[in-house]
Amino acid sequence: MAELAAQGKSPEILFWVGCAGSYDARAIKVTKAFAKILNAANIDFAILGQEERCTGDPARRAGNEFLFQMSAMMNIETINQYKFKRIVTTCPHCYNTFKNEYPALGGDFKVIHHSEYLQELIADGKIRITDEGEIKGKKLTYHDSCYIGRGNDIYEAPREVLNALNNDIIEMKRCKSDGLCCGAGGAQMFKEDEPGNKRINTERAEEAIHTGAEVIAANCPFCITMLEDGIKEKDAQEKVTVLDLAEIIADRI
Amino acid sequence: MIQQILFILVTIIAVWYAYKQYARIWKNIKLGKPVTLKGEKSQRWRNVFLVALGQKKMFKKWIPGLFHFFIYSAFLITQIELIEIFVDGIFGTHRPFASMLGGFYTFVISLIEILSVLAFVATLIFLARRNLLKVPRFQKPEMKGWPKLDGNIILYLELSLVIGIMMMNGADTVLQHMGAPHYHETGAFAVSSWLGPTLFGGLSEGSLVLIERAGWWIHFLVVLAFLNYLPISKHLHVFLAFPNTYFARLTPKGEIPNMDDVTQEVKIMLGLEEPDPNADMSELPEFGAKDVFDLTQVNLLNAYTCTECGRCTAACPANITGKKLSPRKIMMDVRDRMEEIGKNIEANNTTYIAEPKKAEGAVLSKDNYDDGKSLFDFISDEEIFACTTCNACVEACPVLINPLDIIIQMRRYKQLTLSEGPADWLPMFNAIENSGAVWQMNVERDAWKNDL
Repeated sequence: MAELAAQGKSPEILFWVGCAGSYDARAIKVTKAFAKILNAANIDFAILGQEERCTGDPARRAGNEFLFQMSAMMNIETINQYKFKRIVTTCPHCYNTFKNEYPALGGDFKVIHHSEYLQELIADGKIRITDEGEIKGKKLTYHDSCYIGRGNDIYEAPREVLNALNNDIIEMKRCKSDGLCCGAGGAQMFKEDEPGNKRINTERAEEAIHTGAEVIAANCPFCITMLEDGIKEKDAQEKVTVLDLAEIIADRI
Repeated sequence: MIQQILFILVTIIAVWYAYKQYARIWKNIKLGKPVTLKGEKSQRWRNVFLVALGQKKMFKKWIPGLFHFFIYSAFLITQIELIEIFVDGIFGTHRPFASMLGGFYTFVISLIEILSVLAFVATLIFLARRNLLKVPRFQKPEMKGWPKLDGNIILYLELSLVIGIMMMNGADTVLQHMGAPHYHETGAFAVSSWLGPTLFGGLSEGSLVLIERAGWWIHFLVVLAFLNYLPISKHLHVFLAFPNTYFARLTPKGEIPNMDDVTQEVKIMLGLEEPDPNADMSELPEFGAKDVFDLTQVNLLNAYTCTECGRCTAACPANITGKKLSPRKIMMDVRDRMEEIGKNIEANNTTYIAEPKKAEGAVLSKDNYDDGKSLFDFISDEEIFACTTCNACVEACPVLINPLDIIIQMRRYKQLTLSEGPADWLPMFNAIENSGAVWQMNVERDAWKNDL
């Protein structure tokens, strides 16, 4: 972003990669898949690179409001230096903080989650779904992340993205506004569980496996980690793969 | 005449006592912080009409939703009959609306009767769900003892209301057929026109009048009992669902409200603003919620509105997987704490005046209250830190209660005021603070693009 700004250019899209997308080996695959799609669709985009910081989501949810606001204000200062049309992010948590929480701190940005953005690209004909790819013909199920689903009431856009593939889609019993959390939100990703009789991701993985789907489509890096762990625990990794919407689409263009 | 005097006397006592109780609830809600409402008024009224009056969210579980609707609609429409009971009770008349309204009266009372029968059946099913079928959400630890009894008492009261109506209308029908004085023609009611003769046919006029009067008094006394029982039970939702849906947050569920008092400090810390040289630094500020005084009045209204149905707990991922957290228990605990404080303040128990504020003649109030306890004596760390902030509880609540909002405020108190919380979170906090990411990494943030 800084390089473009130095040349006096302003891209259309600021791709907000997020911590997971930048550092987590599994989520990096999603980042790359999404970058591949953006390139294929000829989208003029940039990233903040070293200037990007954690949005502060887990800090706020853990109760550490100071750290959240510090991180948020630093991000807002950085982003305010640049011109672009919209922020696109592959992380529901980053999306939610930008959309709902930064405005109170003076950060008014247009932000869109990649599940909605992919739907837009498909609807506008900017990307073409081909009939080839590894996912062709596989049964899919879709896992609603809490912060895209209940948190922001986005249930249809990601499903429309999947519908564009012409694969069989089976819903889990708990879906849409009744979707079951993967167990990572509220900063649970970064701590051990309280005592109980099961892990939340195991519960969700079982439900997903039960549908008989071969691919679980997700839209959140933390859900992916959680679901994959749950599937490994159930020894079902031969039967089911967890993929982000971006990876699924990248496979078919 | 004796009946009229008795009626007026009982009514005055019951209404006065109820007034005292509802005033107590009002005062207890006022223990919380006032809120400034954001968002469109029209949207708030929409919620009242759709969610409270229209029961929209009840039908997410359609079987209990339907049965609840029977009881709810019977309750609503029976209020018409109640007006007539008041008129009769005060003036010693008998069903004066019948001659005024004619066929419409027969229709309304018939509708009341049909809904009452449906409500009766629904109540029996609800009793079975609680006591025989052992529906899991009614068997959680927080439902042992009083909450279980409370739920059953209300259902028994509902049964006796319907029995009262059927006694009075049934006996009335038979008396009308006999041409008894005072019992004038009302037209045939849908249920009592056949239930009355079946149950009471062949009885003497004296017995019938006794049954009719007994039914009338049972119905009326149970209504008064209900009015006075609500404020000590979990059943306040029949009234509070309406204000509660009005005051519910309109912003997306994912948003956690900003702490404006922190914003000021962070701005100073980051050098974006100058500190106020006149600021009073003698007392360390407290952040987050330690007790009901720190919660908002809407949080407290939520707690009184909760009818302990447990849909939140049944949807909570932490609870489903055996953790101690139960969103319903959070609401019950807030209410119980509020009641405890309210009682002490009402009794002006001056031993609970905070030490530095103790003075001759000082009166216990929310501003000097200190009984050495807090919400944390009711709600453990284990509970608040198990929440995934997934909003399933908020989504599940049929009357728009938000347990998550309370959990977050309590986490804030732990973190910001006490610097306590799960040790696992410290590396994440440090990483965000020092390297701007949730993990401490020694590669560059955009290293992924090098092998694109």
